[in-house]
Amino acid sequence: MQNNMTEIAENPSKDTYYSNDLQKWGAEIKNKDISLKELVFNETGEKVSLCYQCGKCTAGCPLSDEMDIAPNTILRLLQIGSKEYDRKVLSSYTIWVCLSCETCMARCPKEVDLPAITDFLRSESIRRHLANRKANNIINFHKAFLHSIRGSGRLYEFGLVIGYKLRAKNLFQDVLLAPSMITHGKLKFIPAKVKNSSQIKEIFQKTINNNRGGK
Amino acid sequence: MKIGYFPGCSLHGTAPEYEASLKLVAKAADIELVEIEDWNCCGATAAHSMNRMLSIALPARNLAIAEKMGLEEVVVPCAACYSRLLFALNEFKLDEKVRMNLQPIIETEFKGNIKILNVLDFLEKYVMDALKNKVDDKFKKKAACYYGCLLVRPPKLTNSERWDDPLRMEAILKKIGIDSIDWSFKTECCGAGLSIARTDIVGKLSGKIIEDAKDRGADMIVTACPMCQSNLDMRRGAINNYLKKDNNIPAIFITQLIGLAFGYSEKDMQFDKLFVPISFSNNNFSNNNDNLKMQKSKVKEVKV
Ligand code: SF4
Ligand code: SF4
Repeated sequence: MQNNMTEIAENPSKDTYYSNDLQKWGAEIKNKDISLKELVFNETGEKVSLCYQCGKCTAGCPLSDEMDIAPNTILRLLQIGSKEYDRKVLSSYTIWVCLSCETCMARCPKEVDLPAITDFLRSESIRRHLANRKANNIINFHKAFLHSIRGSGRLYEFGLVIGYKLRAKNLFQDVLLAPSMITHGKLKFIPAKVKNSSQIKEIFQKTINNNRGGK
Repeated sequence: MKIGYFPGCSLHGTAPEYEASLKLVAKAADIELVEIEDWNCCGATAAHSMNRMLSIALPARNLAIAEKMGLEEVVVPCAACYSRLLFALNEFKLDEKVRMNLQPIIETEFKGNIKILNVLDFLEKYVMDALKNKVDDKFKKKAACYYGCLLVRPPKLTNSERWDDPLRMEAILKKIGIDSIDWSFKTECCGAGLSIARTDIVGKLSGKIIEDAKDRGADMIVTACPMCQSNLDMRRGAINNYLKKDNNIPAIFITQLIGLAFGYSEKDMQFDKLFVPISFSNNNFSNNNDNLKMQKSKVKEVKV
């Protein structure tokens, strides 16, 4: 368990827990030679060709200075559609640090749903083992979160943090301000559980273990 | 009158004061909140970051149960849950593939005949009228109403008219005699889901929000989302680190203020759960020296 976790912490793409059939999908990509923008269209219904590079998305993005590729540039790279650029997009830090704040979409004159595209790019980047290493903590957090609700149906903050710390190999960072949260009655030590938790496991089984991530 | 209620993990975990105040406010307005039986987590950012159908199925199970319970409306006080539930309902209505595939996944029948209210919808529809003559002089403070992202965006989903400069909280607070400031950060992002993986980003984004509110003379920040509130309140250590100064402007839930106006005590409204303290009693608000000292020690305690 510990070894496995260490390995996953270093390369969360190895965590096949949430995306089985990696080989199968990989083979499919090679065979059909389908470009990422076509895949984006198939899986999200969004046409990247609509974007005319006005840059409003990047101008309004609260995180553009944290990103390695600006939001409008992600769309430009997708439009060009070369293998090299597709790879660049999928291995960007941008797609992981995006907060899904929806500002870009609200301001886009062409109503390009960039947050929806980004969501799909995330699952695709994991599937192809291309996730940016700098994003490991963020990916580990998402996985620890899903792990927590997969088990009990509800989020258990304390369990989430333990799971995250194991994955992130950072046992000493006080990620949840635990002592002050306890004195304020904000951290519980007994997880709440959905009675019909097998139903929740089924939902995971039939979605995340069974499809590509998009539509 | 009975209305469905989806608490979500935050209200049962890190934001008990939000649940307590919402329930008492509903009671004062003669509304019974009926919790959705055996509800599950909406999946939040993690689910939609990893898999679209998962991010639809998790909220949809809750909506299907609510429908089965005969509920016509569900109030969802957490803005993040609200957004996910609304998204799931919307996709169910618009996407035939979702309609076809959903039932076997959630193993519950769902017709999509349910209405989802966020906390502002709920207050406007069911509480506003009961707030007549509730103006109180002790509330003569300036509020910075903070909406965050998901109560207003994406506008296509939330149907909000003034998504860049909403005035709904302002109108509700006016009813109890609280004036609000005009400011630039009411719909800026607080850092939300990166609270744990990139606390520094939360410090920066929330820091800008706190600073603008303070600079424009607000006495408090009023929120309507447990994620926003916890970032602005509990993460004050990271925020003050970013701002390089101690900033003690409190961040409180709108329902806590309305509860006070209905005559409940600060204890009922669980003011003690807030990290950055606030009190309206004896007119001491944040001018009281002891109070300030307490704030300092508390803020220091918040390690990052
Ligand atoms: S705002 Fe829309 S059209 Fe403009 S660059 Fe961004 S995605 Fe393209
Ligand atoms: S949704 Fe992501 S890309 Fe769009 S503005 Fe927000 S953080 Fe930036």
